[in-house]
Amino acid sequence: MDFPILTVMMLVPLAGAIACLFAGEGSRLIALLSTLATFALGVLLWINFDNDGAQWQFTERYELVAGFNYALGIDGIALMLIMLSVFLMPICILASWEAIQKRVGEYMAAFLFMEVLMIGTFAAQDIFLFYIMFEAGLIPMYLIIGVWGGDNRIYASYKFFLYTLLGSVLMLVAMFWMVATAGTSDIPTLMQYNFPVGAQTWLWLAFFASFAVKVPMWPFHTWLPDAHVQAPTAGSVILAGVLLKLGGYGFIRFSLPMFPVASAEFAWLVFALSMVAVVYTSLVALVQADMKKLIAYSSVAHMAIVTVGLFAFNVQGLEGAIIIMLSHGLVSGALFLCVGVIYDRLHTREIDRYGGLSINMPYYAVFFLLFTMASIGLPGTSGFVGEFLSLAGIYQVSTWVALVCTTGIILGAAYMLYLYRRVAFGAQKNEDAAAMGDITAREWAMMAPIAAVVMWMGVYPESFLAPMREDIKALDARLVLAAPESDSQLVVGAPKESAANAVAAPEGYEGEGAH
Amino acid sequence: MLDLANSFDLIIPELILTGAGLLLLLVAAWGGDQLSRPIAILAATALFGAGIALVPDLHFGTDGPQTLAFNGLLRVDSFALFAKAMIYLAAIGALIIAPAFFASPAAGEERGMRAEYPILIIFASVGMSIMVSASDFMALYLGLELNSLAAYVLAAILRKDDRSAEAGLKYFVLGALASGILLYGMSLLYGFTGGTDFATVRAGLEGDLAYGPLFGLIFVMAGLAFKIAAVPFHMWTPDVYEGAPTPVTAFFATAPKVAAVALTARVVFDVFGGQVLAWQQIVMFAALASIVFGALGAIGQENLKRLLAYSSINNVGFILLGLAVADQAGASAMLIYLFIYVAMSLGSFTALLMLRGDDGDLFETFGDIKGLAVTQPALAWCLLLFMFSLAGIPPLLGFYSKFVVFQATVEAGLVVFAAIAIAASVIGAFYYIKFVKVMFFDEPAELVTGKSGMAHWVLLALTALIISPLGYLLTPSLTDLADKAARSLFFTI
Repeated sequence: MDFPILTVMMLVPLAGAIACLFAGEGSRLIALLSTLATFALGVLLWINFDNDGAQWQFTERYELVAGFNYALGIDGIALMLIMLSVFLMPICILASWEAIQKRVGEYMAAFLFMEVLMIGTFAAQDIFLFYIMFEAGLIPMYLIIGVWGGDNRIYASYKFFLYTLLGSVLMLVAMFWMVATAGTSDIPTLMQYNFPVGAQTWLWLAFFASFAVKVPMWPFHTWLPDAHVQAPTAGSVILAGVLLKLGGYGFIRFSLPMFPVASAEFAWLVFALSMVAVVYTSLVALVQADMKKLIAYSSVAHMAIVTVGLFAFNVQGLEGAIIIMLSHGLVSGALFLCVGVIYDRLHTREIDRYGGLSINMPYYAVFFLLFTMASIGLPGTSGFVGEFLSLAGIYQVSTWVALVCTTGIILGAAYMLYLYRRVAFGAQKNEDAAAMGDITAREWAMMAPIAAVVMWMGVYPESFLAPMREDIKALDARLVLAAPESDSQLVVGAPKESAANAVAAPEGYEGEGAH
Repeated sequence: MLDLANSFDLIIPELILTGAGLLLLLVAAWGGDQLSRPIAILAATALFGAGIALVPDLHFGTDGPQTLAFNGLLRVDSFALFAKAMIYLAAIGALIIAPAFFASPAAGEERGMRAEYPILIIFASVGMSIMVSASDFMALYLGLELNSLAAYVLAAILRKDDRSAEAGLKYFVLGALASGILLYGMSLLYGFTGGTDFATVRAGLEGDLAYGPLFGLIFVMAGLAFKIAAVPFHMWTPDVYEGAPTPVTAFFATAPKVAAVALTARVVFDVFGGQVLAWQQIVMFAALASIVFGALGAIGQENLKRLLAYSSINNVGFILLGLAVADQAGASAMLIYLFIYVAMSLGSFTALLMLRGDDGDLFETFGDIKGLAVTQPALAWCLLLFMFSLAGIPPLLGFYSKFVVFQATVEAGLVVFAAIAIAASVIGAFYYIKFVKVMFFDEPAELVTGKSGMAHWVLLALTALIISPLGYLLTPSLTDLADKAARSLFFTI
């Protein structure tokens, strides 16, 4: 690969960000164009990605003297997550088109910086480069929440920043140790390196501290509802859509392949936390009066199914987890956009202030319904594919975990349908809510692409699974030795000689047509 | 005779500075305060010239016996040169930012820079030069006191300002106490080992450490901890930093810090090089305590200078982390950290000096910089970079300084120590991001409306450029120099 497409994909938004800083009002257009250009490059990347080719493609490598290398390269998993980021980004810019009126240039610049760092995080092939990209995202996100957020934004931004920072610094110490032991900071090499079993425990815990906060797993999730609720709409979309995926991606890229033994040892911990998360946060979501908070809690529940799938140590579980990550990125992003659409009109997120929106905003109601169903996991939408695979994966390991986690789908249906009923159906009890106009062309442009991809992923997930198949197989091969034994003990029995409903023929009976 | 010529050859920078200092003192006595500006320019030129004189040896690296001057009183090796380069640069910075401050109403009744200010900076720099190249307790003490006496006067240079006078007095009393402790430790070591030069003392400390020399070691370490403002000997720092005129504070936070840290490194590796276990735990404790108390102390502060004082205590903790590693990689990391710390401190203090109102008066509390991002976006963005850099958030260069220090710590096997220190560093992030919160999230107070001079902007832009991600371009040569310096530090003669 001669054309350094990954670097260019980072340079385009970077140039856009610097231009936005100085452009003021014109920055909206600059931001939109540069995100669209990046998306176009992303499409090019996907087209040129060889599903059966080498594991790491589009690699770039420059030696730096600073103790780490500028090394980029992607596998199928990273490709999909990069696609998710570059796909959501233009939509975020559109979502902020009118909602953001103060300091537009700085706002757009922060988003474009965010995009650079997200692409960098997924594409980094050097462990320290990964850390830099991973951690640097704190700065723009802190500003986005703090400057353009809601009333309680300062508390939320502090909590977000300090929580995530505390999680990641221990990971840095672990990285130093790993690099000192393995003698390289190259991620693909480290993924094949067998660290001493005793050390794996500690390393796993250090990485877990970082990723569990990012995912977030119960009980480290408390920053998420605050950050989501206070962030501007587009900020929530990016948080839910991409930043949460960094945690899951971290598990796939680091914890599982680098510390397989410790991962197996701690699988029970992940299962326990995930089971609590599924049930508890779903119940919490049920009683929320604030729409964004409800969706934020539902994110925690969905991400718990991701972690369960990841630690199932089998192909279904891993595939399911990644598909949920992609699906959740789209769906929860879209749900936040739905909230944003009506928030822009009425400036409240309180569920009780709305009602009967399907009467005056029919198109909006259709989109909202689609995304609600996708969030529940209705067959035909992306949510179904992911949750089915993930739960099928975990069933092979533990029927109990599968049982508890499946209640998440029922509870998910409960809180999402309850939300939808209160917002879209029923009487139009508030005059101002009843007077709101339906979605505009700009909002169509935000919703329609996501809706299309959600359906696509639901009906033909193969497009998204194909690039990752080989990578997941490789990961599964690495994990197979450490995989915990299943409790359901599925055994393939010997087939019976005759059909189950076969009746022994009476004596002398020669059967029909013997005559 | 040849030996003497060699020795003088080695101390050319000090000779330049001493000559310039004495000459300018005469000029000042003759011409008075109206000549303060040309004197400052000449002083900066002298410092620059002294810095240029360092370049060849710094570039090629120098260690071994040929670096000894005056029969082993001084040791002008790469390590000393590296520290001197930083000291001179910081001193030039302190000269550049001073005139505008002394011309502002913040200077109180005595408007205008006094002619003694640049001269005192020069003498302090000479003292620091001697400190970092000392290879004998006598030379060490001589340099330390030359620097300290100049510094006491600098702290109190606004004679009619109560805070400045208080700062000077506090600094003097506590500094004298610290010097006393240090002297006592040195005399114990002399008594037990029979020499004052580092090589003799080191030889005398071989083998099991008896209680007597151990006391000497502890007293010396305590005195040095005082000078670098490491916990538990840090109490003077917030008061002195807050009370002293801001350019002087900027100077204190940079040059003497470099000198004292370099001196400490020299003493522990050279004098106590055979007794690593004896001092390592002291340094480890001081490092952790400085990181934690520097961070906790800063949280409640409203005054920005005071906050930066705690921040400097916090940073000393990280610097000592590199020292506690007690190997060449750690020393090199420590020097890299020092360089980046100097750039960050100089930049933040310059930004502080640019917070001026319409009448040129200076602001220095959080309340004054509310909403700075709206009224002075360029300044606010630079401060944002400095604060995130001080907090060690990538991709700013402040992250790299923490990166090298922690890498050295982990590679030396001190994993738990590193984990505790890095977790404690998160506490520090709290008040650094408070800076950003006040400037970016709060409603504008519209106080900072005045314009700043060109010199400030240039210095701010330069330091901001160094700590920006572009600063990584500097790291190869910085690492090279720091490695050479660290190697020469470990060269025992």
